[in-house]
Amino acid sequence: MSMLLETRGLTRRFGGVTAVDRVDFALEKGELRCLIGPNGAGKSTFFKMLCGLLRPSSGKILLRGEVVTGNDPHEIARRGVGIKTQVPSLFDGLTVRQSIELSALRRLSKRAAAASATHFMERLTLDKFESSIVGSLAHGQRQWVELAIVLAAAPDLILLDEPTAGMTKEEVGRTATLIREINRDHALVIVEHDMKFIRMIARKVTVFNQGAILAEGNVESILSNQVVRDVYLGKGAGHA
Amino acid sequence: MRSWNSFGILFMMGAGAFLIVALPLLVETFVLVDFTLYAALAILAMSLALVWGFCGILSLGQAVFFGIGGYAYGVSVLNIGDSTLPVALAVLLPMIFAAMLGYFMFWGRISDVYLAVITLTVSLIFFLVINSTSGGEYRIGAAPLGGYNGIPGLPALNLPGRPDRQLDFEEMYALTVALALATYFFLRWLLVTRFGRVIVAIRENEVRVGLLGYDSRKYKLAAYVIGAGVAGMGGALYAAWGGLINPDVFGIAFAAQVIVWVLIGGLGTLLGPVIGVVGIQWLVGWLGKMKITDANIILGAIFVAFVLFAPAGLIPKLRKIGVRWLNRRRVSASGSVESGP
Repeated sequence: MSMLLETRGLTRRFGGVTAVDRVDFALEKGELRCLIGPNGAGKSTFFKMLCGLLRPSSGKILLRGEVVTGNDPHEIARRGVGIKTQVPSLFDGLTVRQSIELSALRRLSKRAAAASATHFMERLTLDKFESSIVGSLAHGQRQWVELAIVLAAAPDLILLDEPTAGMTKEEVGRTATLIREINRDHALVIVEHDMKFIRMIARKVTVFNQGAILAEGNVESILSNQVVRDVYLGKGAGHA
Repeated sequence: MRSWNSFGILFMMGAGAFLIVALPLLVETFVLVDFTLYAALAILAMSLALVWGFCGILSLGQAVFFGIGGYAYGVSVLNIGDSTLPVALAVLLPMIFAAMLGYFMFWGRISDVYLAVITLTVSLIFFLVINSTSGGEYRIGAAPLGGYNGIPGLPALNLPGRPDRQLDFEEMYALTVALALATYFFLRWLLVTRFGRVIVAIRENEVRVGLLGYDSRKYKLAAYVIGAGVAGMGGALYAAWGGLINPDVFGIAFAAQVIVWVLIGGLGTLLGPVIGVVGIQWLVGWLGKMKITDANIILGAIFVAFVLFAPAGLIPKLRKIGVRWLNRRRVSASGSVESGP
């Protein structure tokens, strides 16, 4: 299987702080990977570099073998990368339909974009909010709207930064089902803290700690790894 | 949303038909002359409505393009004689200038506040430069720039290719109102195209627009250039209306006036700024005639009142009141049905 995304020695420094430190990461086409790690481990900074919102201090990012380091977000998006950010990044003054259509309009005609918006609103059960102004929606619904916007752009790789934050238990279950469905057509990298959710969706997990990759492997081996448990849950948690 | 847009289009069609067909039969010529000015200024207001109200670019110096348009018309019409090419130049030159200025601002990723300051500063630079061209040596061909006195004696518009056949007051009025209406419908159309939808999205969240694969700089530049062309056309009509163009159009007072029209009429609407222009200009004229007090004091008070009580502007406020009234009617209607037998 060929590589969709690779980073080589990817580093980002903020003054004297190294938020991401020489990260070598590889993702195959169609893969679903979870990134875990304590707060401040560098996961979100890593995501921001992948989608062009932050420029790396050093290192390389490759998409399908082509170097995209330092490209602008719109150039990376055109190469098939979509991101759902930790705090939903939405068009608060537009309606749900207008927002999703806009996403699809970049590659489709007006009519096809309208059809695509209808499809994703139905798929994410947003159809009853079609004419609602995005800024008036509840947090959980806003998460779904952002997911619909990302999906309507038809990316090959989707980055999801804490997709279940602020969701109810039922919504988390629905999201897990949806992510498995999405993974049939798209590769995904997901930053998440909810271990139950990770067990529901992930096969392979990468652990970040202090800006670097601490461990990588299948979900069960990672979650039973004592070093990971010490770092993630605090020393001694594994012995409790 | 769509019904409000349809309302705006119907309103403008009705108002346009009334203004062009009926008004000249009802009022004296001097009223038409006033309305010609309002229409030329409305075109400028709509250009800022596009750039600021829809694309979110706070162009405090939008009047600079109006001024460049006015001067381009004045200088070229005195050299050429026929007004056809000067009007085209009045649209084209501001667009070229906006393309150059916009390129540096948008590709330089200048943030909103600095962008506002830069655009206003550029306008004030024009003000100072043109003001200092009063000597006889400052002329372009047959057109003396005239410093703070400006360029007087500009001929009115003429029929294309016939400089001897100038438009009279009524014809000038009809043409200016028709061009203001054409601008309104052109911008309304533009806003429902893909381009228009992207620029509105840029106003809402430029980062997200980029993450969806749109290069927001290109869209902002295009909106800025189109706005400059529209403002330039307004400038040409203004210069042709008064037979004069002077550096006041680059001054801070005029720049502020344009902002006030758009803010009072309503950001994010096209109709609002037009109503803002007509309302404010009419009021300024009336206060001047009545000599009650300085018009600027009244204008300042109105501006403060709007900021306090209707910060979104007149049209969005009316829209809100209309929606609330409709909802109340709907609720009371459904209540009476439910409470029925």
